[in-house]
Amino acid sequence: MRIACPLCGERDLREFTYKGAALALAYPSEAASAQEWDDYLHNRDNPAGPTRELWYHGSGCTSWLVVTRNTVTHEILAVELAENAEEASA
Amino acid sequence: MRIAGKGLINRKKPVSFTFDGTVYSGFEGDTLASALLANGVKLMARSFKYHRPRGVLTAGSEEPNALVTIGNGASQDPNVRATVQEIYEGLEARSQNRWPSLAHDVMAVNDLGAPFLGAGFYYKTFMWPKAFWEKLYEPVIRRAAGLGALSGAAVTDKYERAYAHCDVLVIGAGPTGLMAALTAAEAGVDVILAEEDSVLGGRLLSESGEIDGVPARDWAEATVARLQGMANVRIMTRTSVTGAYDGGTYGALERVGHHGVVAADLPKECFWRIAAKRAVLAAGALERPVAFQNNDRPGIMLASAVRSYVNRWNVAPGKAVAVFGNNDSAHDTAADLLAAGVHVSALIDSRPDATTDLPVPFYAGAHVCGSEGRKALEAVSISRASGIDKVQADCLAMSGGWNPTLHLTCHMSGRPDWDEAIAAFVPRAGMVPGMIAAGACNGVFSTAACLGEGAGAALAALDGLGVEAEMPALPAAEARDYRISPLWAVPGKGRAWLDFQNDVSVKDVKQAAVENFRSVEHMKRYTTQGMATDQGKNSNVGALAVLADATGRGIPETGTTTYRPPFQPVAIAAMAAGSEDKGFAPERLTTSHELTVKAGAPMIEAGLWYRPSYFPRSGETTWRQSCDREVMHVRQAVGVADVSTLGKIDIKGPDAGALLDFLYTNMFSTLKVGRVRYGLMLREDGHVMDDGTTARLAEDHFVMTTTTAAAGQVMSHMELITQGVKRKLDVRFTSVTEHWAQFAVAGPKSRELLNGLLDAPIDGESWPFMACGDVSVGGVKARLFRISFSGEQAYELAVPSRYGEALFAELRKRAEGLGGGVYGMEALNVLRIEKGFITHGEIDGRMTAFDIGMQGMMSKKKDFYGKGAAARPGLLDDERPQLVGLKPVGVVKQITAGAHLYKDGAEAVRENDQGYVTSVGFSPEMGSFLGLAFLKGGRARHGETVRMVDAMRGVETTCEVCHPVFLDPEGERARD
Repeated sequence: MRIACPLCGERDLREFTYKGAALALAYPSEAASAQEWDDYLHNRDNPAGPTRELWYHGSGCTSWLVVTRNTVTHEILAVELAENAEEASA
Repeated sequence: MRIAGKGLINRKKPVSFTFDGTVYSGFEGDTLASALLANGVKLMARSFKYHRPRGVLTAGSEEPNALVTIGNGASQDPNVRATVQEIYEGLEARSQNRWPSLAHDVMAVNDLGAPFLGAGFYYKTFMWPKAFWEKLYEPVIRRAAGLGALSGAAVTDKYERAYAHCDVLVIGAGPTGLMAALTAAEAGVDVILAEEDSVLGGRLLSESGEIDGVPARDWAEATVARLQGMANVRIMTRTSVTGAYDGGTYGALERVGHHGVVAADLPKECFWRIAAKRAVLAAGALERPVAFQNNDRPGIMLASAVRSYVNRWNVAPGKAVAVFGNNDSAHDTAADLLAAGVHVSALIDSRPDATTDLPVPFYAGAHVCGSEGRKALEAVSISRASGIDKVQADCLAMSGGWNPTLHLTCHMSGRPDWDEAIAAFVPRAGMVPGMIAAGACNGVFSTAACLGEGAGAALAALDGLGVEAEMPALPAAEARDYRISPLWAVPGKGRAWLDFQNDVSVKDVKQAAVENFRSVEHMKRYTTQGMATDQGKNSNVGALAVLADATGRGIPETGTTTYRPPFQPVAIAAMAAGSEDKGFAPERLTTSHELTVKAGAPMIEAGLWYRPSYFPRSGETTWRQSCDREVMHVRQAVGVADVSTLGKIDIKGPDAGALLDFLYTNMFSTLKVGRVRYGLMLREDGHVMDDGTTARLAEDHFVMTTTTAAAGQVMSHMELITQGVKRKLDVRFTSVTEHWAQFAVAGPKSRELLNGLLDAPIDGESWPFMACGDVSVGGVKARLFRISFSGEQAYELAVPSRYGEALFAELRKRAEGLGGGVYGMEALNVLRIEKGFITHGEIDGRMTAFDIGMQGMMSKKKDFYGKGAAARPGLLDDERPQLVGLKPVGVVKQITAGAHLYKDGAEAVRENDQGYVTSVGFSPEMGSFLGLAFLKGGRARHGETVRMVDAMRGVETTCEVCHPVFLDPEGERARD
């Protein structure tokens, strides 16, 4: 698999590590309810199709990336810097 | 027997080699198989299960039978295909799976037991008694059945891993691949042409046709010469593309040093990862055998192999060759044999309407139904309407048709389609994004059509790259239709072999169907068909055709098994090249490493770092003696330890304080310049991630320390926070772990030591506990932190790494002068246990701040990462395990790490479990073992006694529960 890092260009999978759903960026506020925390920490969709996930370019520019990937075909549909991603809370 | 002809062997260069100790001679260009055949050696191997005599079946990498062991000792390679192994001067090859010799193998007795050893034999027979499987059955079976053996020695040969990139990867260099490579290359894109053979040309090297009016082989040679002259083309011979992966990544194995002529610095094999924007699969097709009784005798081979041996290597595989087939390849083979002057004793075609002009005894509408001979073929039986004829033959060339080599197209879960017209599976388009199958692997078999498809596929690949190109003029070539009448298994008694390498017959597959293993995947596993190292390349389609017939279904409904990488066997050593030893775990060494090792300190691993365990002195015979002394040095005089392995992160910017406030549970923005604070970091789920001290060097400049183990994790965590969660902070940070050498100077005489060393002396008032700042050591700017991991008056002195070794030597000398010395990890551990300081032994990822008694550090005035999740009710439960201290009070005065705790008198079973011991050390000052432990509701149980049981080591005692800080609970020593 190859990921096109917006800063470094297309690079081999081995330069990246996977964290999980991009939802991790949507850090709840201090006042969030127990249910909101539960959804943030544990509840995940498991789609057969496009999914947004966080990858870390640790052997490259140390960017966190939001990668949109089709779980059926493994096709990578989009890559953006986490700092530009819509999920972020602040 | 060698014959005349212009093959691809160099008759001026004889090569001698040995097989089972006998010296033979071949020519440069020979494979082991062709050279053995040229020497009249037909028996090359024994079969896996029944030890049946076997010769070579093919002339290519799909060979199931002729597996040999090459070399000796650590560089011994088992299961090498004689059809792939090129000979070189001094090559030593040995046969496998036989005893005492290939010709007289006592295990051939297995063949007599064959009626009892069929499909499912193991499962049905070795059922009981249960214990016998491991102790008796399995060892016996393993000895009786098998392939070559590994040497048992560690690999000493070099293997390598490498990467390559291209616009178009062309896989296979037959007519299709050559045409594709040429078309793509002429358009100017970067091309890699990978070919598993040592010579480019594919089937053109083994067949006799013409292209553009010249022998096809000459056309191939000229085309290769053109490609070699182009700067944008990289030709990789002896390179098998083994797998197709996501994103246009392909795995490929290059045999660099298997043919004996390598330079000393070249590896034996190289495993390539090729990133290709587009790929053309031109892998050709593999001929398939026909199943009939005893179709496995040495001398029976594929017609395509016979043509290769005759045309490419000028070897007659027999004196009288019979040819049997269900398609025109049989006729071409007979024609080539006649042209080479080899006697053809019969041409048998299963198609009733077949005709021939060849001057050979011809049998249309007939089958070969049996063979005779012991270790070599002597005669074949031919069944036709009028009866059975017996014909003398010491070689049979058989052709059951061709299977497109479509494996790579299925590596990403694709399934092929059945094409009735050619009685074979063909690839579906688009199964591997960016890859186009062309030519024979796409079910197109005439040379002219292959050339056209090669050029067409290249144009499609170029189009995908946005490069415009025109269809080149195609060279003229043979354009015959492929005519085949399916023939999988000739009816008859006895064993007709499908899978030669795993000894699976038609009967076995039928038996699987009878026992209701009707799915092709079940049949495969029940019979082991297709599970050998050749992955059933010769047998899969035939076996599923037999299964389809036995279950009354068509072949498309029966389907194929799953094609998975690798297409060819790949040695683990090649795939893992560079990942062994230090490649797997590189060493990180501190600046004091050399002096430490010279001092005789045993080193222990801390992540990738190496740290001293203890520093033995003369007269000390156990590590405990050294450790006790080092602890007392720190408690009574002064000790020095290298703490450079702790992660150091330099943080700068106006929002540095705000970032730290969010990262840590406690407040950092209020920290004064020139002060250090201990901080606790949580994960998003509210559990403790790491701890450490952070110093404020200036208003907008902090330096954070992390634990040795979590340095990388904290760094990427901070990247995630600043890039994704708290985006607008004006702050930058970088790891400076390697930039600073840092040493702990601890003990009542620590200030005395420093004042002999620093350019300007310090005192207790201007440098109170938790102060930090710049100092000067011998004119070198250094940083001093008054922090303590031992509970004593202590400092950490940091200098740029290049001064680390010199500083360590100086500190050590001065500490020894003051009655102290250097100390290692063992003493460091005892010192911190005495003080109840935690490490990752305690904060193991499951603990909350509440569990470790640091709930007071969770600021109520601000939000911090993990705060909301840490407040979840379950994490605040009083019954959660809580950090406590333990002292042994039973008869046994020992505590062991990992031991579990139970209520006094309670049985040591899981249901009664109350907690466990995380850290243990012997305190020389207190004269007792001390332990840190987690105990249910432990903070309210100080003074209670608990039962400690270490089931693993067989240690049991009674412990008193106490506060985890054993020594100087008020912390007066550190502030002194």
